[in-house]
Amino acid sequence: MVPKAEFTSYYGKPVLNAPVWAATDIAGYFFLGGLAGGSSLLAAGADLTGRPGLSRVAKTGAAAAGAVSVAALVHDLGRPARFINMMRVFKVTSPMSVGSGLLAGYVPAAGVAAGTALTGRLPWLGRAATAGAAVLGPAVAAYTAVLIADTAVPAWHDGYREMPFVFTGSGAMAAGGLGLLAAPAGESGPARSLALLGQVVEMTAYERMTRRMGMVAEPYRSGRGGAYIRAGQVLGALGVAGAAVTGTPVLPAWRVRRIVAAASGAAMIGASAATRWGVFHAGLASAADPKYTVVPQRERLRQRAAAKVAAKVA
Amino acid sequence: MTAIDVQITQRPGTGRPDGMDSYPGERPRMGFFTDTSVCIGCKACEVACKEWNHVPEDGLALTGMSYDNSVGLGADTWRHVAFIEQQRPVSVADGASDDASGGASGGDAAGGADIDGGLRWLMSSDVCKHCTHAACLDVCPTGALMRTEFGTVVVQSDVCNGCGYCIPACPYGVIDQRKDDGRAWKCTLCYDRLGAGMEPACAKACPTDSIQFGLLDELRERAETRVEQLHEAGEASARLYGNDPGDGVGGDGAFFLLLDEPEVYGLPPDPVVTTRDLPSMWRRAAAAAAALAALGAASFAGSMLAGRLGAGGHLGLGGRR
Repeated sequence: MVPKAEFTSYYGKPVLNAPVWAATDIAGYFFLGGLAGGSSLLAAGADLTGRPGLSRVAKTGAAAAGAVSVAALVHDLGRPARFINMMRVFKVTSPMSVGSGLLAGYVPAAGVAAGTALTGRLPWLGRAATAGAAVLGPAVAAYTAVLIADTAVPAWHDGYREMPFVFTGSGAMAAGGLGLLAAPAGESGPARSLALLGQVVEMTAYERMTRRMGMVAEPYRSGRGGAYIRAGQVLGALGVAGAAVTGTPVLPAWRVRRIVAAASGAAMIGASAATRWGVFHAGLASAADPKYTVVPQRERLRQRAAAKVAAKVA
Repeated sequence: MTAIDVQITQRPGTGRPDGMDSYPGERPRMGFFTDTSVCIGCKACEVACKEWNHVPEDGLALTGMSYDNSVGLGADTWRHVAFIEQQRPVSVADGASDDASGGASGGDAAGGADIDGGLRWLMSSDVCKHCTHAACLDVCPTGALMRTEFGTVVVQSDVCNGCGYCIPACPYGVIDQRKDDGRAWKCTLCYDRLGAGMEPACAKACPTDSIQFGLLDELRERAETRVEQLHEAGEASARLYGNDPGDGVGGDGAFFLLLDEPEVYGLPPDPVVTTRDLPSMWRRAAAAAAALAALGAASFAGSMLAGRLGAGGHLGLGGRR
C-alpha cells in the first residue's frame, strides 16, 4: 500500500543531519575501492592463467586505486592528522572500523603485488601479496555498501539488502573496464567477461533495490542523484555494447577493435563512478527532505497499529 | 552520588533489563524528562548550555520560524527550543495548560474552553536523546563516542578525528561536525557537572522545571503520572516520546512529554537504531563479496573455455595457449 503523501514536519526542516562527507572523497573512495577489489581478482586470475599483461595492468590499477583511496579518506577527516585513531579500536558495529582494518591489510598487499610485478623482484613475495589482495579485495569492494547502509539516511539504509551487490557489481564492471582499456587485446578476455557479468549483477540488484524502496527511491530518479544514475546507466549500456561487440567477429580490423574495446572500458569505468556519485547524492537528498524520514516511519507505525488491532480481533 | 552496586562486566545488551551495556563502576542511569507542557520558551536552557560548555555562537539571524532562531540541534546547539504556532482549540481551562497554549489567544485564556479555534503555541526544548542503543556510539570507528558511568553518551573530543560517521547515523539528527574545528560535538549531559554531583546546566536554569534531571527510572514514573494528569484534565493529545524501552532505540535517556505528533516538533515518529539491521547487512556483504569472487573465477573459466574450444583465439579471447 502506498503511504500517504501528506505529512507534517517542523517548518520543512530535515529531521536528520546530512552527511558532512565530500562527494569527491567518499563517492570517489567507493568507486576506487570497487575498482581495486575487482582488479585484485583479475590480477590473481591473470597470474594463474599466464596473462602477464593483464596481471600488470590489474595490479597497478589496484595499487594506485588503493593508495588514492587512503589519501581521499584521510583528506575527508575533520582532523586528518588524527587518522591513526582509526586503529585505536576494532569494532564490528562500525563498518568504518572494519573497513580501516581491511584497508590496512589490503593496500599494502596490493602495493607489494604491483611493486614486485613491475620490478620483477621477489616473485615469491609478489605471489603471496597477490593472493592476499585477491582475498581481501572483494571484502573491500563490498563493505562500503554496509558503511552507507548503516546510517539513518533513508535512501541508503532502506537499500541495505541489495546495496552490497550493487557495489560489488559496479566494482567488477570498473575492474573489467580497466582491463579492457589498458591490457593487451590478447589477454583482456577475462576482463571483458568480468565487466559484463558485473554490469548484469549491478543492474539486477539496483532494480530490485529501488523497487523495494518505494517512495524513498525518488532521489535516485530525480535531482542530482538521478542525473548521475542515469549517466551511469547510459555509459554502462554503451560500454556493455562495445565490450560485447569486441568479443565477436563483427569487427575484423584489429585497430578498430582495439579502439572500441578501450572506449568501452573507459565507458564502464565512468559508469561505475557515475553510479557511486548517484548513490551518494541520492542519499544526501533523502536526508535533506523530511518526507523520506517521516512518511515511511508513519506508515510503519500505522501498519504496526493495524496488526495489533487485527491480532486482538482474531 | 555513590554507586548503588558494582556490576560485573557482561556481554553488551545482557547486563541490564533495558539492554544497555553495563560495566564495572556503573552508577544508576541518569537522564532528562522534558515536560513540554510547561515550557514557556524562555530559552534559558539554550543560554545556560552554551555558557557552561563554551559552545560557540552559531548564527544570529532571525529565521521567521516563530521564536525559534537556533533552527535545530547541531555541533553548536545542544539545547534547541522549538516553537510551533497552531490553530487548535484550547481544550483545558486551568493554569497548567495556559502555559501550553502559550497564552497567545489573548484575553480568553483564563476563561472556559475555547473550541472555536484559538491559537495553540507549542514549545519544546530538544536535546540529545542519549539512546539506550545509540547509533552514533555503535558506528564510531575511533571509540571517541563512549557510554559513561551514568548511562549517558559522550564524545571524547581528544580522540575524535572528525570522520563524520556518527552524523548520518543518528536517527534524531542530533550530533554534527563543527566546521572550523573538524570534530563532532553534542550534548554531554554535562558530564563534568554530574561528576561533581550537580545537575546539568539546562535543568538548573529551567525556571518552570520543564527540564527535569534525575534517575531515569524515577523520571519515567513521574512522566507517566504527569501524562495521566493531563489526560484527566482533558489534554488528550499529551503523550510520552522516547520513554518506551521497547522502541527502536531501546528507549531514550532523555525523553519527552509532547502535546502533538513527534514530527510536528521535528522528531522522527519511529526512530530505529541503524545497528539493528547490521547483522543482516554483514551477511549480505559477505554474500556479495563471495559473489564477486565467483564472478572473477567465472570470467577466467569462460575465457579458458573459449580458448579450449578454439573459438575466437585469433580474436583475443583465449589466453596464452
